[in-house]
Amino acid sequence: MTDKKEKTGAEKVGVVIVGHVDHGKSTLIGRLLHDTDSLMDGKFEEVQASCKRRNVPFEWSFLLDAFQAERDQAVTIDTTQIWFKSKKRPYVIIDAPGHREFLKNMISGASFADAAILVVDAAEGVREQTKRHAYILHLLGLRQVVVAINKMDSVGYAEKRFNEVKGEVTEYLSGINIVPQAIIPIAAREGVNIATQSDKMPWHKGFSLLEQLDTFSPAAPPVEKPLRFPVQDVYRFDGRRIIVGRITSGVVRKGDTLLFSPSNRSATVTSIEKWNAPHDILSAQAGESIGITLDQPIYAARGDVASHAEQAPMLTHDFRANIFWLGKEPLRAGKRYKIKLATAEATVTVQSVDRVIDTGDLARTEKDFVAVNEMAVVTFHSRETVALDPFADNRDTGRVVIIEHQDVVGGGIVNMDGLADLRALRQATQENLTAVDHLLTAHDRAVRNGHRGMVVWLTGLSGAGKSTLAMRVEHALHTKGLQTYVLDGDNVRRGLNADLSFSTKDRSENIRRIGEVAALMADAGLIVITAFISPFLVDRRAARVAAGGSFHEVYVKADLDTCEKRDPKGLYKKARSGAIDDFTGISSPYEPPETPELVVDTAACDVDDCVGMIVDHVLENAQELLQKNYKEAAAER
Amino acid sequence: MQDHLDELESKTIYILREAYNRIKPLGMLWSIGKDSTALLWCIRKAFYGRVPFPMIQLDTGMEEDEVYEFRDQLVKEWGFELKIEQCPPEEEMDQTLPPATRAAARKTEGLKNLLAREKYKGIIVGIRRDEQSMRAKERVFSPRRFDGTWNYKDQPAEFWDQYKTDFPEDTHVRIHPILHWREIDIWRYTQRENIPIVPLYLSRNGMRFRSLGEKNITFPIKSDASTIEEIIAELEVTKTSERAGRSMDSETEDSFERLRQSGYM
Ligand SMILES: Nc1nc2c(ncn2[C@@H]2O[C@H](COP(=O)(O)OP(=O)(O)OP(=O)(O)O)[C@@H](O)[C@H]2O)c(=O)[nH]1
Ligand SMILES: [Mg+2]
Repeated sequence: MTDKKEKTGAEKVGVVIVGHVDHGKSTLIGRLLHDTDSLMDGKFEEVQASCKRRNVPFEWSFLLDAFQAERDQAVTIDTTQIWFKSKKRPYVIIDAPGHREFLKNMISGASFADAAILVVDAAEGVREQTKRHAYILHLLGLRQVVVAINKMDSVGYAEKRFNEVKGEVTEYLSGINIVPQAIIPIAAREGVNIATQSDKMPWHKGFSLLEQLDTFSPAAPPVEKPLRFPVQDVYRFDGRRIIVGRITSGVVRKGDTLLFSPSNRSATVTSIEKWNAPHDILSAQAGESIGITLDQPIYAARGDVASHAEQAPMLTHDFRANIFWLGKEPLRAGKRYKIKLATAEATVTVQSVDRVIDTGDLARTEKDFVAVNEMAVVTFHSRETVALDPFADNRDTGRVVIIEHQDVVGGGIVNMDGLADLRALRQATQENLTAVDHLLTAHDRAVRNGHRGMVVWLTGLSGAGKSTLAMRVEHALHTKGLQTYVLDGDNVRRGLNADLSFSTKDRSENIRRIGEVAALMADAGLIVITAFISPFLVDRRAARVAAGGSFHEVYVKADLDTCEKRDPKGLYKKARSGAIDDFTGISSPYEPPETPELVVDTAACDVDDCVGMIVDHVLENAQELLQKNYKEAAAER
Repeated sequence: MQDHLDELESKTIYILREAYNRIKPLGMLWSIGKDSTALLWCIRKAFYGRVPFPMIQLDTGMEEDEVYEFRDQLVKEWGFELKIEQCPPEEEMDQTLPPATRAAARKTEGLKNLLAREKYKGIIVGIRRDEQSMRAKERVFSPRRFDGTWNYKDQPAEFWDQYKTDFPEDTHVRIHPILHWREIDIWRYTQRENIPIVPLYLSRNGMRFRSLGEKNITFPIKSDASTIEEIIAELEVTKTSERAGRSMDSETEDSFERLRQSGYM
């Protein structure tokens, strides 16, 4: 009963109709729907009435142009999508506006397409937007293009005129590497050569437009390409950390080791998560929205791209893009923008406008700005390292959207010719490091100690109970035979950080050094417990980065009132009296962790419980992985 | 291999997760109908069984009894937060609107009151392109102006799954995660996933509701489809449009446009 092809979805094709204003794009779609009997009852009559009310002859375009303003001015303003089914397969037909003022809407529509029909008025021939639209198809990566030479009735269905326009179109398209699959003469308004072949032009031996549609092929999801899994978000539900996103290319399998870029951390996929899935999911592929869990709590966040290590995206600060510009203010060398690249965002500066392309004659112009609706090649410099692919290699991670004042003002496809991939450089340094490490690995140390090293970072207000907990946890772990050490104000401020004051800058440096030292000690195999207010997210994030996968943030929570009541060192009292500047909670903010590994609420639980929670957390993470490693090592042997 | 429904679902989940990550606070208009209930199901999929923002019903007190029963039942079974917003009476509406349109406008006003009070930055709505030609021109992330109106003559560029997620203060964005679905997709999905529906969609005595709305302005159609399977079979051949039973859509040529422009869903 149900249509198999439609159910598999593999066969659906998106087709956009583009071309200069008034060349008959909407008419073509309206007529196609009518001639294939695809209109709902009453729709035709509704349009008839609407035309009558406006005192104009029947307009097929009103079937698409639904806004009053569009009908009143007989122009398409915004793009629309409608479903349509030929005998062979379903289509999403996308109407695009031809007026240059609505280029952003044309692009918004065309970006959904797998194929395009470029409509050219037989009398008017190739015009400004015919060319610009064709160029944009090329930038969007659309390679299946058919040209329809419309309004053949207005030129007496003359073969000679058809050939002239055909020559004009072909010449332009060949300049941008588009080879049309067919060039068909039609008269959309009259229904000539739309759904059926017509005897009006016996000299035309090819297909009707509908038959031509059926020669398009659907764009298959890029399953064969290297895996790209841009991280969209990280959820912590039921104590599990689920990394969610949509795979843009390739396949991920349970057990795969993934490399996250640009952060350059690796971990193994322990499960692929979909809610209500009937069974264990072993793999997922391009197009699927999934979640994954990892064997290690590495710091992966929105904007990272997961891949396999062998086929990773490039890392760079500099990239070049072929762009289309939609901003009212021109793009200029030296200006700063925000870009979005898959789920990543970065701040970029326009390094240079390499050339501006006149889509009229494809000539390059030398200028240092790009005006609205112009195409250009631009080199960007990004402050942050970005992970990307050349568009030619991978579509979704090879294109950027440019934002200014909260609006999308342009888009472009990435080209890395002649620019360096930083990964090669980084790998060289990494190789040097592992060369030293080869004799003794973290695993060897863990086997000797019976546990891995880790940083247990306590953060919270003064008086929340960090020091008390740190000492008690250290004692408990020691009793259980673990190697452990507490870093707190007393042993750090006296030596390592004796040169630091309590200025904002020095406080930040204080935390930075502690983070680095803690990371080294963890690397040496110890369980390091730190007890510092560390009020700022950025500082704690840096400590997390320093410690790599072994960082565990514990939020020692207690509301300000409670802490102030406890006031073990009388500091709150002093701060209230103004004797201490920038006191956290009173005159300086405390930024609570967004996603700590553990929260202990000392206002709600007693000390023993809090200690127990932290100890359990440490044992679970420091030893479980080790046992797993033992098993893996045993299995390898 | 993903089939057609998987593909639709994956895209919807992607949009929902974008909204949840970028826009706070969020709420969703749950009309209790087939579309927004299928969407609510997708939300549970996106967030692993959770519904991490409130469902909002714009209530005119004019829904069918079965609708209210279904609502209370589902809230109990699925356990999510439901907020019920009472819409202002018809007398307070723009009196130049034709009668059914005026009745529908109550929901727009209810929504405006809610937004003014609760300061939502994002409102998720389960509309689809194939329902209505005005909705066919919508964006997935569709900004509303200060007064809640839709500036359809100047919509933001939206391509490559990159959505406009930054807005000036005091404005909000409508998020349309099932814009790309069709009526028949919703039914096939509802069937496949076993999603509960208000029984009024199924034929009784030769009549069923194809689109559910308030009693005074929505009417059942002639149909013998008494199972979802039969509904799907009916939709495969039907030439009647989905909203034929909604009087406000066609009272005058521009009635629905005026409604949507002023902030209707
Ligand atoms: N003579 C003749 N006129 C046509 C034909 N097809 C379309 N037209 C007319 O051309 C005018 C423009 O048609 P539309 O379909 O609105 O053009 P469009 O390309 O969609 O225009 P925009 O969307 O505004 O860019 C209308 O008045 C149509 O009736 C045709 O085959 N022959
Ligand atoms: Mg048009």
